[in-house]
Amino acid sequence: MTTAIMTGTWTAICAFDRLQPERGVAALVDGVQIAVFRTFDGELFAIGNRDPIAGAQVMSRGIVGTRGDTPTVASPLHKQVYDLRTGECLDVAGVAVPTYPVRRNGDLVEVGVDTP
Amino acid sequence: MTKRLVVAGYGMVAQRFLEAFAERAVPGWSVTVLAEEDRPAYDRVRLSAWFDDYDASALHLGGAPDGVAVRLNECVTGIDRERKVVRSASGETPYDALVLATGSRAFVPPIAGADLPGVFVYRTLDDLAALRDWAAADGKRVGAVLGGGLLGLEAANALKMLGITTHVVEFAPRLMPLQVDEGGGAVLRRHIEALGVTVHTGRGCAGLEGGDDGVTRMLFNDGGTLDVDVVVVAAGIRPRDELAEPAGLARGPRGGFAVDASCATADPAVWAIGECAALAVDSGDGVCYGLVAPGYAMAEVVADRLTGGDAAMTRPDTSTKLKLLGVDVASFGTPFAEGLDVVVTDQVTGVYAKLLLTDDAQTLLGGILVGDAAAYPTLRASLGGPLPAPPLALLAPAGEGGVKTELPGSAQVCSCHAVTKDHITDAIAGGCTDVPGLKACTKAGTGCGSCVPLLKQLLAAGGVAQSKALCEHFTYSRQELFDIIRVRGIRSFSELVREHGTGRGCDICKPAIASILAGLNNGYILDGEEAALQDTNDHFLANIQRDGTYSVVPRIPGGEITPDKLIVIGEVARDFGLYTKITGGQRIDLFGARVEQLPEIWHRLVDAGFESGHAYGKALRTVKSCVGSTWCRYGVQDSVGMAIELELRYRGLRAPHKLKSAVSGCARECAEARSKDFGIIATEKGWNLYVAGNGGFRPRHADLFLTDATTEELIRTIDRFLMYYIRTADRLQRTSTWLEAMDGGLDHLREVIVDDALGLCEELDAQMARHVGSYADEWRATLQDPQRLARFVSFVNAPGTPDPDITFEVERGQKIPAKGPVPVTLGGAS
Repeated sequence: MTTAIMTGTWTAICAFDRLQPERGVAALVDGVQIAVFRTFDGELFAIGNRDPIAGAQVMSRGIVGTRGDTPTVASPLHKQVYDLRTGECLDVAGVAVPTYPVRRNGDLVEVGVDTP
Repeated sequence: MTKRLVVAGYGMVAQRFLEAFAERAVPGWSVTVLAEEDRPAYDRVRLSAWFDDYDASALHLGGAPDGVAVRLNECVTGIDRERKVVRSASGETPYDALVLATGSRAFVPPIAGADLPGVFVYRTLDDLAALRDWAAADGKRVGAVLGGGLLGLEAANALKMLGITTHVVEFAPRLMPLQVDEGGGAVLRRHIEALGVTVHTGRGCAGLEGGDDGVTRMLFNDGGTLDVDVVVVAAGIRPRDELAEPAGLARGPRGGFAVDASCATADPAVWAIGECAALAVDSGDGVCYGLVAPGYAMAEVVADRLTGGDAAMTRPDTSTKLKLLGVDVASFGTPFAEGLDVVVTDQVTGVYAKLLLTDDAQTLLGGILVGDAAAYPTLRASLGGPLPAPPLALLAPAGEGGVKTELPGSAQVCSCHAVTKDHITDAIAGGCTDVPGLKACTKAGTGCGSCVPLLKQLLAAGGVAQSKALCEHFTYSRQELFDIIRVRGIRSFSELVREHGTGRGCDICKPAIASILAGLNNGYILDGEEAALQDTNDHFLANIQRDGTYSVVPRIPGGEITPDKLIVIGEVARDFGLYTKITGGQRIDLFGARVEQLPEIWHRLVDAGFESGHAYGKALRTVKSCVGSTWCRYGVQDSVGMAIELELRYRGLRAPHKLKSAVSGCARECAEARSKDFGIIATEKGWNLYVAGNGGFRPRHADLFLTDATTEELIRTIDRFLMYYIRTADRLQRTSTWLEAMDGGLDHLREVIVDDALGLCEELDAQMARHVGSYADEWRATLQDPQRLARFVSFVNAPGTPDPDITFEVERGQKIPAKGPVPVTLGGAS
């Protein structure tokens, strides 16, 4: 369920039930803004909350869906679509958002942020 | 050495010449154009469109190509051919090549009183402005147009639009004597008279009477008189060839600079194009052509010749298709020649059509269409060849019978740009898939536009099918999905995508389906799964801005607000530090609210009696109003009261796109209702309803749909209009493009929602009744429910912490997003 290699610590951000299917929430972990999504089948994804094209912290408010088999989120500002697994922008080559490890631990959702 | 090209005159043909010359990109020329008017070339063919909105910029033709020196207000007054210079107010301009494109002037017959104030010609934008200013003055009621030709009927339409009781006086025994025959003239006359214009044919004007205050009376050659306040002379045009004689240039038999098929005068350095040129081809006499298409062809010929080509004119095609006072009139080929004719006269629907064929019935020579010119593109393209179908089948009303027409490849589809069917089919084979593509690729359809229907047919014939699939998840159009959801009683996106789609949706299909569900189920839009379908604006019931903050727009129905409520808005804006701006829709927009502030802000607003303004939704926005008869000395109805009634009725109605409306209290139209999806203008007897207007990206004036309607009739019709739109439009299709794309257009709409031809009205009415009955303010409903409020947090793990990246600066005393550079980060650094 994690999409990046975990080298830091897990931080609980909310209860799993707080996440609505196919919607995101924003979390603030060690000063980093992270967008966390729950897909229709219950899978979790965490990416940077900052829309790299517009520069605003809004990715958590985008529409979640699929493109082919890829789980996606669309920026709510100008609708560029990102691969939730890799953070890559599927509409603009070379643009990406960072991804973060995320897991369900019992009733809690936890994200990992690298601490150097 | 650089050669100097001088163009005298800057009308449509000169513009076309400059473009054609620039396209050839031949180095070594400097180009100067000397214009008499104080503006660059504009679309004189559509001159009357200026009366729609008095916006001259809409007629602008795009200006001169780069590098061309344009000198406005600089009429050429003389040519010295020995020294190769032209004279104008500022001195002399030398040329190596001179292109005369001086156009025409209006012909004013030598009648007494033609110089009185209140007598106008109809040729330039300045003429139109002078006419409007005169006609708008108090006490100007009756007007006469001298001349029942094409220009005269245009002028009559202008007078009618200015509110003047209009007469048309034509010396010939019928209207448009040059284009139509007696039968066509009779049908045309009935159409024109039905519009309230009085037609006098076979009558000449013997003189005009009046004084310093203007014209007062027209005297007819048969002894009759007519009291008038304004006269427009539209008795024809004459070429502007006054430069010819002093310069020793020959003139044609009826005036104009005499030119040969290469458009050159006897002096090889001097050319003439357009209406000022007396063109001699096929060893005939020089003829001046008052149509733009031959002028464009001449422009191309001279551009080609100047750049080393050998293009030449053939006898120009004088086919025309026009809409005059709403009546289609087309004339093509040589409809007055000898031959076999096929004539259809339908006095019931006011349609007249005549085709003229050679004696062996094998070749189409010409024809006339009045009242319905749908067959024009096909017929014009068939000139000089065999008819593609039996004559009566071709003349049958559009949509009946489905005539298969097969044009030869050499048939000219677009006469403005000389594009043949072969050119079009090649472009389609080369990958053009739609009309805009064909326009860009071949230029076809970019002139008068009359061939666009033919382009669509050729696209269809070429096997190009436009995909109607909403997105990769649904192969259906929005309208089909609406029907599926309605008929199958589907209640959720998951159910729909499981049974009729693939995947889990996207930012295209999810909001569209949310809107359909909202329209059919009339519930709160953010409960359960529906919440996940909404765009961020609907999800937070506010409008997202570039920095991730939101703006808040409370509803102010009709733009009417009490001082107390105004003070509350001011207090809320002050207390939350919101940037405040008046909108175009007579409301107030409060910017810079962070997501976690929205509930507090709305708590204050709801307590003061405000509701959601749905500025965030594809829904009814606002119904603007002027102050109406309550205060205004001109108002004839209570426009504010009507606007409030409509806004409260349709508030919260989810639609394929946003909906805007306005109500004006009189014909002065201060509320700008004709730029709205549905606009209402008060009359002495009731209300006029206009539908499918638009401002925005592609402005469109709304079409008149009801006249002098009662309030009940008005509301019933708007109910059905909106529900039919919601049911059948595409995603993000405004009412303007919806109506334009509708088969049968306004007539079809009328059949469905007035005549109930599809038996739908009861259902549409019931649907609207459900909407009106179930409306509840979304913000009030949100505030009452802690679960619904839970989403309004900045961070799920730090709900009270504002987004540290949102910063403001101050401009003109208000806060705005900090303007620091907004970098595009590549490669995933955070």
